[in-house]
Amino acid sequence: MLRFFLRRFAVAVLVALTVLTLAFMLTRLSGDLAVSIAGPNATAEDVETVRRVYGLDRPLTVQYFDWLGNALRGDFGESYFFRDRVSNLIASRMPVTVTLGLVGLVLALVVSLPLGILAAVREGSWVDRLVGLFAMIGQAMPSFWLGLMLMVVFGLQLAWLPISGADTWEGFILPGVVLAFSAIPSLTRLTRSGMIEALASDYIRTARAKGLTRLSILVKHGFRNAAIPVVAIAAVQLGFMLGGSVVIETVFALHGVGYLAWESISKNDFPVVQAVVLVLALIYIGLTLLADLFNAVLDPRLRSA
Amino acid sequence: MSGAVLPAGRASRLLRNWGFMVGVAIVGFAAIIAILAPWIVPYDPFAIDLDRRLVPPSFMEGGDPRNFLGTDQLGRDYFSRLIYGTRISMVIGVLTVITSGLIGITLGVLGGFYGGKVDDAVVFAITTRLSIPAVLVALAVAALRGSSFLLVVLVLGFLLWDRFAVVARSTTMQIRNLDYVSAAWCAGASRWWVLSREVLPNIATHLAVVATLEMALAILLEAALSFLGLGVPPPLPSWGLMISEAKEYMFFDAWVIVIPGAALFVLVLGVNFLGDALRDMMGTDLSR
Repeated sequence: MLRFFLRRFAVAVLVALTVLTLAFMLTRLSGDLAVSIAGPNATAEDVETVRRVYGLDRPLTVQYFDWLGNALRGDFGESYFFRDRVSNLIASRMPVTVTLGLVGLVLALVVSLPLGILAAVREGSWVDRLVGLFAMIGQAMPSFWLGLMLMVVFGLQLAWLPISGADTWEGFILPGVVLAFSAIPSLTRLTRSGMIEALASDYIRTARAKGLTRLSILVKHGFRNAAIPVVAIAAVQLGFMLGGSVVIETVFALHGVGYLAWESISKNDFPVVQAVVLVLALIYIGLTLLADLFNAVLDPRLRSA
Repeated sequence: MSGAVLPAGRASRLLRNWGFMVGVAIVGFAAIIAILAPWIVPYDPFAIDLDRRLVPPSFMEGGDPRNFLGTDQLGRDYFSRLIYGTRISMVIGVLTVITSGLIGITLGVLGGFYGGKVDDAVVFAITTRLSIPAVLVALAVAALRGSSFLLVVLVLGFLLWDRFAVVARSTTMQIRNLDYVSAAWCAGASRWWVLSREVLPNIATHLAVVATLEMALAILLEAALSFLGLGVPPPLPSWGLMISEAKEYMFFDAWVIVIPGAALFVLVLGVNFLGDALRDMMGTDLSR
């Protein structure tokens, strides 16, 4: 168990270091950063000043190790635009993004788990096919478009919910629904296949033979076993959802990390962009590591992998 | 065995699957429209007419029979722009699948075929790719390099190869030790021969399913990038860009976002139907 844990942890650290390097390369290799920062109306002199002030005239390897050393200590430098530490900016915006992610995940689970179980219990029936169709529709829905449509219907025509912003808890409902749609298809399918597998197993037959009620068999014996992979994938999905929140936060003007990244991209504020890419990647790596460990603790067969 | 991508029995089952037929109908229709776009548009999709802005579709109140789907905020014919938008979505989808397929299939087959250190490296590459937030990186690259049609294809191609690699790797591993592959080795076949004549044809159907999933994802991501202003540059009528440009008017005239969004949704749904039918036919679950 300990060997398994150490191995997974070492891989996670290596992946994190690779992402760190890629994040640095991303901003340095795609064009001259000084020209981008100085803007379209800058003279050659301005560009030189920018280059010197931001330390972009130093050799790339020096810049890289400087950035790497600072990033490892949690110091991502200073924002060009906001005149604040990047780490402060991200810390202050993170609660909105995490709240949105959790709301989305909870909504997704509330919809997917019952639907997946229902489809599995009635496998092959019209209910099963209807659930499958629903998952397909969710998968094909463009999230930004769904967001705008919900804003028109619920924000304007029915006037039930705020159109944008996160001043009250109601502001999280529409973006949460949109975000949930991105996780519902895969979570529903996974619940369904897990339940079908669990229901076909020997211990379910034993439970039936003992004369337990249908509900108790479904919940205690079936779902408990089907839930293991679902919980693990839910953690990974949360990582994906946080990464994908840039589009939804922009649509709903929620001032989270995704919105911060979007603002910074349009203002050529690259220390912030770099840091957001990195932080979101680290969260994803951490969540996948947790999901792996969770699986291994519950299912010893996976430990040899 | 090699070369038998679609055994006859499976092919006929496919034709009885209604989801497959709907998928073929939608994607086939979109492909025809995309190819014939210049000949079937009623008007020039780039022609601006500021005197006739935001005319509603002809079937709505205040509509004009001259513009079936109305006009946009610059008086351009919405129907013509929608038709050209089909072309952009289809071309982006196909080119992205080709780029990402080349990268992912090469990596996956190499990892699955050779195993050991090569496979470790491939798995590491896949893990790293999955931990990178794709939309954000695509936006950042587009902002740094300046967005263009080609850049969108390249960025999406270099970001969406993970599923190709995962599936190519696992399927190659499964057939690597099967009898017909051993038979080819014994017959003195070269490594290249075994890979191209024995391995690739036998994992092709699995890869076809991934191709549909990735095409759907590429079309959606292009629209999202264009919507955020860092995808296909204006005045090209990308559906995502049409939604973005019409956004200001959506509270007064909801049809301006309903039309391009519905087109996007239906096309992606069609591509997904195709993939789902292929997956059913093989009886394997590649949904993750």
